[in-house]
Amino acid sequence: MSSTRAPLIGQPVERKEDYRFVTGTGQYTDDIVLPRQTYAAFVRSPHAHAHLRSVDVAAARDAPGVLAVYTGKDLTSIGGVPCGWLIHSIDGTPMKEPKHPILAEDKVRHVGDPIALIVAESAREAKAGAALVEVEYDVLPAVVNLATAAASSTSVHDIAPDNICFTWAVGDKAATDAAFARAAHVTRLSLVNNRLIPNAIEPRAANAHYSPASDSYTLYVTSQNPHVERLLMAAFVLGIPEHKLRVVAPDVGGGFGSKIYLYAEEAALVWASRRVGRPIKWTAERSESFLTDAHGRDHVTTAELALDADGKFLALRVDTIANMGAYLSTFAPCIPTILHATLLAGQYATPHIHCQVRAVFTNTAPVDAYRGAGRPEATYLLERTVERAARELAIDPPELRRRNFIRTFPYSTPVGLTYDTGDYEATLDRVLELADVHGFPARKAESERRGLRRGIGYSCYIEACGIAPSSIAGALGARAGLFEAGEVRVHPTGKVTVFTGSHSHGQGHETTFAQVVADKFGLPLEDVEIEHGDTAKVLFGMGTYGSRSLAVGGSAIVKAADKILTKGCRIAAHLLEASDEDIEFRDGAFRVKGTDRSKTFAEIALAAYVPHHYPIEQLEPGLNENAFYDPPNFTFPAGSYVCEVEVDPDTGAARVDRFTACDDFGNVVNPMIVEGQVHGGLAQGIGQALLEGCRYDEESGQLLTGSLLDYALPRADDLPNFRVETVKGTPCKHNPLGVKGCGEAGAIGSPPAVINALLDALAPCGVRDLDMPATPLRIWQAIEAARAKR
Amino acid sequence: MPTLSYHRPSSIAEVARLARDDPDAKLLAGGQSIIPSLKLGLLAPSALIDLGGLPELRGVRLEGRSLRIGAMTSHAEVANSPEVRKHVPALAHLAAGIGDRQVRNRGTIGGSLANSDPAADYPAAVLGLGAEIRTDRRAIPADSFFKGLFETALDPDEILTAVEFPLPERAAYVKFPQPASRFALVGVFVSLTGKSVRVAVTGAGPCAFRVAALEQALAKRFAPESLHDITMPADTLNADLHGSAEYRAHLIPVLTRRAVTQALA
Amino acid sequence: MSLQIRLHVNGNAVTADVSPDTLLVTFLREHQHLTGTHVGCDTASCGACTVLVDGIAVKSCNVLLAQVQGCQITTIEGITPADGSLHPMQAAFKACHGLQCGFCTPGMIMSAIDLVTHHEHASEAEIRAGLQGNLCRCTGYHNIVRAVMQAAPIMRGTQS
Repeated sequence: MSSTRAPLIGQPVERKEDYRFVTGTGQYTDDIVLPRQTYAAFVRSPHAHAHLRSVDVAAARDAPGVLAVYTGKDLTSIGGVPCGWLIHSIDGTPMKEPKHPILAEDKVRHVGDPIALIVAESAREAKAGAALVEVEYDVLPAVVNLATAAASSTSVHDIAPDNICFTWAVGDKAATDAAFARAAHVTRLSLVNNRLIPNAIEPRAANAHYSPASDSYTLYVTSQNPHVERLLMAAFVLGIPEHKLRVVAPDVGGGFGSKIYLYAEEAALVWASRRVGRPIKWTAERSESFLTDAHGRDHVTTAELALDADGKFLALRVDTIANMGAYLSTFAPCIPTILHATLLAGQYATPHIHCQVRAVFTNTAPVDAYRGAGRPEATYLLERTVERAARELAIDPPELRRRNFIRTFPYSTPVGLTYDTGDYEATLDRVLELADVHGFPARKAESERRGLRRGIGYSCYIEACGIAPSSIAGALGARAGLFEAGEVRVHPTGKVTVFTGSHSHGQGHETTFAQVVADKFGLPLEDVEIEHGDTAKVLFGMGTYGSRSLAVGGSAIVKAADKILTKGCRIAAHLLEASDEDIEFRDGAFRVKGTDRSKTFAEIALAAYVPHHYPIEQLEPGLNENAFYDPPNFTFPAGSYVCEVEVDPDTGAARVDRFTACDDFGNVVNPMIVEGQVHGGLAQGIGQALLEGCRYDEESGQLLTGSLLDYALPRADDLPNFRVETVKGTPCKHNPLGVKGCGEAGAIGSPPAVINALLDALAPCGVRDLDMPATPLRIWQAIEAARAKR
Repeated sequence: MPTLSYHRPSSIAEVARLARDDPDAKLLAGGQSIIPSLKLGLLAPSALIDLGGLPELRGVRLEGRSLRIGAMTSHAEVANSPEVRKHVPALAHLAAGIGDRQVRNRGTIGGSLANSDPAADYPAAVLGLGAEIRTDRRAIPADSFFKGLFETALDPDEILTAVEFPLPERAAYVKFPQPASRFALVGVFVSLTGKSVRVAVTGAGPCAFRVAALEQALAKRFAPESLHDITMPADTLNADLHGSAEYRAHLIPVLTRRAVTQALA
Repeated sequence: MSLQIRLHVNGNAVTADVSPDTLLVTFLREHQHLTGTHVGCDTASCGACTVLVDGIAVKSCNVLLAQVQGCQITTIEGITPADGSLHPMQAAFKACHGLQCGFCTPGMIMSAIDLVTHHEHASEAEIRAGLQGNLCRCTGYHNIVRAVMQAAPIMRGTQS
């Protein structure tokens, strides 16, 4: 620590960004209106699967206010939406990678697939114009059910006649099978990880502008990673020089994964902005978000756990089918593979694990990363299976977990990861205490007096965050390294602007990153400003997802700040007539070791920019440093969650009464923000467990949960107060801040805790299994089915 | 939305004239159902006749043994009305559970009844209390008001002006909300007035309906135990993502029992 | 058809000529450039567009401008003091970390102000029920509820 003041790191500092948000002065993409603004609407397929016989745009072109109409035929000279990961099947063949056209060419493959772009003077006229486009369809049978997609006689894409994108596996199958052969007990479970629709409250939006004066484009867009958007759009879709495209992600109203990707609408707008010669804005209506934002999860899985007579895990065997949807979204292939199967060791020293993943195409919206991305699916299947095993063996569920915890680190799992550090016993012990597990029987009895059934459920999760070590990512199929860039610019007065490639859309980077840099330089928080989200300002970035911002982006900033201090020492050495080695930076000043001679940070900054008698040949003026950080490993946040539910057996209504989370995120920079991240994750996880489930009609492929009136997002009265604590845990060993990431934990750890609690509550009714979302209808049906079996 | 006219008349007579002259016009009360339909293109009237300029359609009044609630009275006003809370607390409770707070501030009893959404709450109270619907030309008993899915006994140009609720001795409304929309998956209103028992159900059919079997059982003895052996047939009930017909059939007696318990409390 | 509408927005008299189907939120965002009021859905479900009409919270995406002829409209901009300070509800949201991405925040704050104004002593459960009309996808509501509970006594103090 470089300052006499108390460090900011570790303090629950109020957020710098909040003034603008609480006063409504934030600027979101839809708030931006450019001179001569025009507006766009898209004609979208009402069918899940159809050949386009004809698309007649004549009437739309003549409609009042309509400036231009484009269809797939106009866009044949540009590329499709690219995919960022290449997965190879077990047999060595690359995944099937069908073209994802910006506007449909010969076929539409999901309800909502865009067919035509209408540009008009107003949003209303664009929409009216869209209604005049006449499309003739030859409707085809739709492939909807992922479990049977491979057996369907219909193909979503000609290049994948069996609808299989890839069949991939990890782990030693022979060793796993052998372990099962000698097991004392095997627990088997079939699971569905329900499909979710992200529903960030800000709908996707874009505003594209072409300037003939500079022959360049500017795109304002709701993106979690503007630099990747620019790279993909310039190099792979539009074929325009990257320096002629500026992408700005201004304030973004939540993402949760859904705004990582390059979307067709955004590319269409940029392409059309030059032809129309005016800026074009499009803002999704919520119903469009439902149809076209990349969805999440959507796995069907069978899991088998082999145990010995003492309850030690011998092996885990998993077979998963993962839905890719109609096209491969940017990260899609890596979610059920790299981010799912590699996490299946969880917190346990299971010696043998094998997981096979079949990815299939269906006539549904693309599926990609949604908060947690693969890790919730892994945690859900593992923690459901472990709790089932405990029940079958009549072992207390926390005790069974404890018997199998990994205790020595680093630990190499049988599915390819090496955990650097962790202490799973600590979070489990603490959560049992916080959750007052001892008081559960009394609470259960009290619930019963009110005619309600109470249950308790556990979940111990691990996640791999700080995505990703580039070498590992590359070996696993990433088409780019996943480092992060940071730049620290010290101004002549000693004030600092930090440029980061990590985009903030709720995470509070403007505060957390400022805490880190302010501590580094001994400055007050207000002297540090964080800039992000604009490719014209920030050198490069890989964006915000996978709880990577502080671990990777923050580390890049620390590296750049260290370079600033190194250079500051050299400048101070010159000014103080000492040698470089004799200068140290301490308590906010550069000092000659062992003397009282020093220069303040601001004095050095001024000297760097307005040098007098400066050795320009040896020491370049200016105080501005860039750094890239490529993490040597993932980080491994972990924790233990306890959920208590109450179920009304007469109606099937269930309510989470208590939820206790104890996490080990390593070092914590801002505990207030970290807690908030956990709260949000828990809400989404409980939402997945109890409320949220995307449903398509099995025959027609129509989206049945296409609005907030049918897709239930958690509301304030659906959720309890959360008990959340972060243990003084095990700092990450390989990044300079010792941080691990906290954004996804809640969404990863909570769904199995909720379902395990429900199954505990319903065990006396004979209910052994329950899929998510455990809606009142589903719970009632489970109770009735169990009753009928008796 | 195509070109649309808007009128804000200041007398019922003018409303009537405008409605008669333009059969494609729609009356606009609070707008909480109509406006979403307009936005989504589900409805394209030629004109909107806004009843917001008619203060005489607004307010709650005790008239002898009944409560008269003006058609333009908002759900929030009904929920907070001292008269309603005193004389028919079940009705105040029902109004306090419609939609959400913002919707209750705009939505009106008249708008809700004229719309007759199959999952709306008010129809259960109107049927469950045996209310009378007042219009610019007649009084319609609750039992002949609800005709089907979004269909009522109102003539196209008829103006719902008020609802008169007789005061029950005991009443309660229990709603089981659909998890996403918070409309009633099933809602049951029970009332006891003298020897007369009413049980009205919303959310389970094309429109609100009464259940004779439940009423008869409760008429013998108004107590939850009276309903123990009663089951509902599922064959005519609504089925959707959130509830099968069987589930709704199961919920009706369960919620009725709870409503009776509450009414007796 | 064009309608002439007179109303007050954040205390200022405003006159507008609009088509009858103009929504209050469209008028606020596009005509008045008050972009603090947000649109998050098309089914009046999310509450991001909540404003006060004559002191009562409504969803401005679900009200025609014509319906609020002569009314006093208050938006998030209207409750923000000009001196750079904050309304107690805004301050409590900031202090309690009752917001993350900020998109639902203006609507949530307007709704919370209405809730506390009309229900001064609301319990935690009543606050949760009272915020039913506002969706937040970031916070899990935990800190929003804390913020409303923290602001309520301060608002009572300033209002009495």
